[in-house]
Amino acid sequence: MKKTLALLALTAALAAPMAAQAHRAWIAPTSTVLSGNDAWVGFDAGMSNVVFQPDHAAMRFSDLQIIAPDGSKLEAKNSATGRYRSMFDIELKQEGTYRVANVAQGFMAMYEQGGERKRFRGSEADFATAIPADATNVQASRTFTRTETFVTLGNPNETALAPTGQGLELVPVSHPNDAAEGEASTFKLLLNGQPAANVDVTIAREGQRYRTATEEVATKTAADGTFSVTWAASGLHWIGASVRTDGANGQPGTNASYNGTIEVLP
Amino acid sequence: MRKLPLVLTTAAMTAAAAPAMANNLTVSVELPRIASASYHRPYVAVWIENPDQTMNRSLAVWYQQTRNAEGDGKDWLKDMRTWWRKGGRAISLPADGVSGPTKAPGRHTVSVSASRLRNLPAGNYTIVVEAARELGGREVVRVPFRWGGPTTANASGSSELGAVRVAVTR
Repeated sequence: MKKTLALLALTAALAAPMAAQAHRAWIAPTSTVLSGNDAWVGFDAGMSNVVFQPDHAAMRFSDLQIIAPDGSKLEAKNSATGRYRSMFDIELKQEGTYRVANVAQGFMAMYEQGGERKRFRGSEADFATAIPADATNVQASRTFTRTETFVTLGNPNETALAPTGQGLELVPVSHPNDAAEGEASTFKLLLNGQPAANVDVTIAREGQRYRTATEEVATKTAADGTFSVTWAASGLHWIGASVRTDGANGQPGTNASYNGTIEVLP
Repeated sequence: MRKLPLVLTTAAMTAAAAPAMANNLTVSVELPRIASASYHRPYVAVWIENPDQTMNRSLAVWYQQTRNAEGDGKDWLKDMRTWWRKGGRAISLPADGVSGPTKAPGRHTVSVSASRLRNLPAGNYTIVVEAARELGGREVVRVPFRWGGPTTANASGSSELGAVRVAVTR
């Protein structure tokens, strides 16, 4: 009896973080550093346990925000959705840095009804009518997920990297297209425009399929929201972080997540 | 006895104000013959690096200066990754006295006249040569040298570059 309880507790403890972290979202660019007067870059986007390995689900583009070096918006071209990955191209005609992001805002809630745990996913507007009158232990959350990467034609600039002030965002201290093997990069995380202190950051390198160790790096943001990483190897790197803010006074809480892709060159 | 320090000071001041006034810089770069069924001439960049490894200036960039069926020659400048990142990306090409077409295997010389280097203060620098070849590899060779008086320095690559010789002459 005791053993069963302990097991149950363990299962619950394991299940909670698993649920929160399952399936990482990523955007993988075909290249990030380009020269010449114009260039094309393709992007694959998906969700999977092993980053950049399309084997689970294609990404749904709820709000694709492609910002050109002068701050204007750019349209994706040649979009398609496969089973495991979504794809699109952009044409770079302006010199500078482009920010390519998929921003997803949603609403979810957990509640109990007649002793049974239930989940709601949908819009916040629908929630009020969708929730049963006899629901108890209601835990509602607004979700805000930014999945993005950066590419640069010619000389980098930072106009497109200006934070929007919404959700969890990465702003450069080091330029995101200036990452080199053996060197360190520093970035800053902002939550709704303010420095996000003491946030766990996970950094995962591509190609895990061809090695046995995950080689993930875990770090934390400092009081000013900054974190640094020394790039041990070249390749695409996924940077993941999330911040949960509990709701108060009947207001829903917030789950803000960030998924960034940085290419490290040799 | 009293005059000696004065003379030294004058010499030092002259050196600082007009360092190596009449010195020319010559960099000779050997591009090895590489046996390959699909040999393409490499892109090559030659530049001066400051002691803190930042780029002082580019001396030569050899690349395809035209557009062909595969694209514009500038599309592959980024393959000289070190040069590109250190400052090549900030230069507008073609640049007078810097841009040139790609070169065949053999020995090539980059000569920089004293007039182009008159604003380079005396000190320790490094000549860096980077070669990147289509369907081939990439190599960087560094040659530390002293700018201030006649001198020579050498280093050698092992794959995409052969001997690199730096000579400062009066």
